[in-house]
Amino acid sequence: MEEERLTTKDLPDVTATQTMQGAYQGYIRHKLLVMVVLTVVVLTIATWSISIGSISLSPVQIVTALLGQADARTASVVWNMRLPRILTAIVAGIALALAGCAYQSTLRNPLASASTLGISQGAAFGASIAIIVLSGGGPSNTVAYEGVTTSDPVTTAICAFGGAVLSTLIILGLSRFREMTPESIVLLGVALSALFTAGTTLVQYFADDSQVAAVVFWTFGDLSRVNYQQLAIMASVTAISAVFFFANRWNYNAMEASEGLAHGLGIPANRLRLLSMLFASAAAATVIAFCGTINFVGLVAPHIMRRLLGSDYRYLLPASALAGAGLLLVSDILCHVIVQPLILPISAITSLVGAPIFIHLLFKGVRR
Amino acid sequence: MLEARSVAFSYRADRPLLRDVSVALKPGSFLALLGVNGCGKSTLLQCLTNMIKPQAGEVLLDGVPIGQVDRHERARKVAMVAQHSHANRLTVFDSVLLGRRPYMNGGPSKQDLDSVANMLGRLGMEDKALSYVDVLSGGEYQKVVLARAFVQSAQTLLLDEPTNNLDPANQQEIMRAVREEVDTSGIAAGAVLHDINLALRYCDRFMFIADGLVDAAGDASVVTPEEIRRVYGMDVDIIEHKGVKAVIPLDGMRSSIAEKSTGPDGDRG
Repeated sequence: MEEERLTTKDLPDVTATQTMQGAYQGYIRHKLLVMVVLTVVVLTIATWSISIGSISLSPVQIVTALLGQADARTASVVWNMRLPRILTAIVAGIALALAGCAYQSTLRNPLASASTLGISQGAAFGASIAIIVLSGGGPSNTVAYEGVTTSDPVTTAICAFGGAVLSTLIILGLSRFREMTPESIVLLGVALSALFTAGTTLVQYFADDSQVAAVVFWTFGDLSRVNYQQLAIMASVTAISAVFFFANRWNYNAMEASEGLAHGLGIPANRLRLLSMLFASAAAATVIAFCGTINFVGLVAPHIMRRLLGSDYRYLLPASALAGAGLLLVSDILCHVIVQPLILPISAITSLVGAPIFIHLLFKGVRR
Repeated sequence: MLEARSVAFSYRADRPLLRDVSVALKPGSFLALLGVNGCGKSTLLQCLTNMIKPQAGEVLLDGVPIGQVDRHERARKVAMVAQHSHANRLTVFDSVLLGRRPYMNGGPSKQDLDSVANMLGRLGMEDKALSYVDVLSGGEYQKVVLARAFVQSAQTLLLDEPTNNLDPANQQEIMRAVREEVDTSGIAAGAVLHDINLALRYCDRFMFIADGLVDAAGDASVVTPEEIRRVYGMDVDIIEHKGVKAVIPLDGMRSSIAEKSTGPDGDRG
């Protein structure tokens, strides 16, 4: 690094600057404390979530099962049914929230998320093709979900991922080719959403009732569909994306202020936007492909944390990830307890939980 | 040193904005870029920072074409205060700390933190250090933007209409801070300005751009009623008060010369 020329003339009172730095370190410690509290809250909710269900489990039973010391029945409930679902909720919540954060910063638009950019709609279109066109209505390649018949889940996931990737590639391709502004990219996403929704509607129009029901069921979202193998894929993609996002935390702070500032600080704004959208879309597409549509988490989790902690991406990224995980865990619990023994659709509950919190914060005008 | 040589740029092929503009930003000097709205002043700054590439001519940073300079190195040598910047919910301290981004490897060093604390102290903003910038007044926010550019410790500072939307006292304060930085650190500064009186008060070099060309450039002696009439199409008197020149607009309409220079695309000046 080149020898820098610090501006040290007219140094103000040393004590005053030390006091200021001391106050700043206190501010940093406060933010870190909030992160620790959020982590504890998420882990507590996760533990509580494992204990809830048709078979209630005590914390001791859960720990015993996790340590491999429990009876076969308890171990099966924890390891085969609840743990994959809870871990899916955590990973999916983190992925969607981080993706929302990255979209909102690089596109400088508070409404940017996988839903508003057409990525969820692309996935739903892909799933519709899998369920209605590729299954052919034949019984050999169909699987029953609670009385609703759908195509092979792997085929559905692959097609949903393909739809989400197609949507992403169209946005990235056109934005690169036409050098679109962030505002235009968001509008392009809105147009793509409409296109994919129209495509889904048309495909459904030519399907029979059970196939339409299967598509609708898929769009409800379901965390219990995911097995450990799929969870490992989701976690890997999310971890890689998270590393990329966190490495660019300072760059996002500059990007959100203005592209001119980012450029002036040596940040390649266009390249960062493209790569961020790529990583965000990969994380969101993987989650949607395996879990179905999950609304609102990617949009609302960053907003809630922004209002509570500010826009500093050093803290906003991890806090949003924790908020996303917490929101999805709480929603999952509510899905299971509101109308027992029915399990309500997760995509509806995430909105039911997130929207009131968001509206409350909006009207409360939380500043710190 | 940052310089542009015979730079030409147009957004539309049929309407050249900059036709042949050369400028050098010299250490210890504060240059005012003057001209009507849409004459290409801001576009020239964008060329100088490599945000856009001139269609002819070249921009050199220490003798090297700026496009070939590593972006981190460029950011350590040229700081830019853009015309539009969104006040996101960062604290004043963190917002200024962003100016140290070109020097950071991962997170900020103690030197970075010291630099920010010193700068906030110098600008009298210690008590605002932990306030969010989105609750500051326009004048306070502009001081944050300026502090961020100062801590970038660049040898050249470019400012695009830094006093826009500020009251007279804040305009003076911002310009005075830049002047002090030029005088004490020996940096080169260049600002797009619309207020010729502010320019006369704080700048030592002046450049008028008209019809995509440099109409006049030099010290305060180039700021004459004739030049202002030619560039802006308005009649003025220039008086001197306590050793400072001041431009007094006279009654009368702008001539058609200036109207022709102001394009339909709004202010790119």
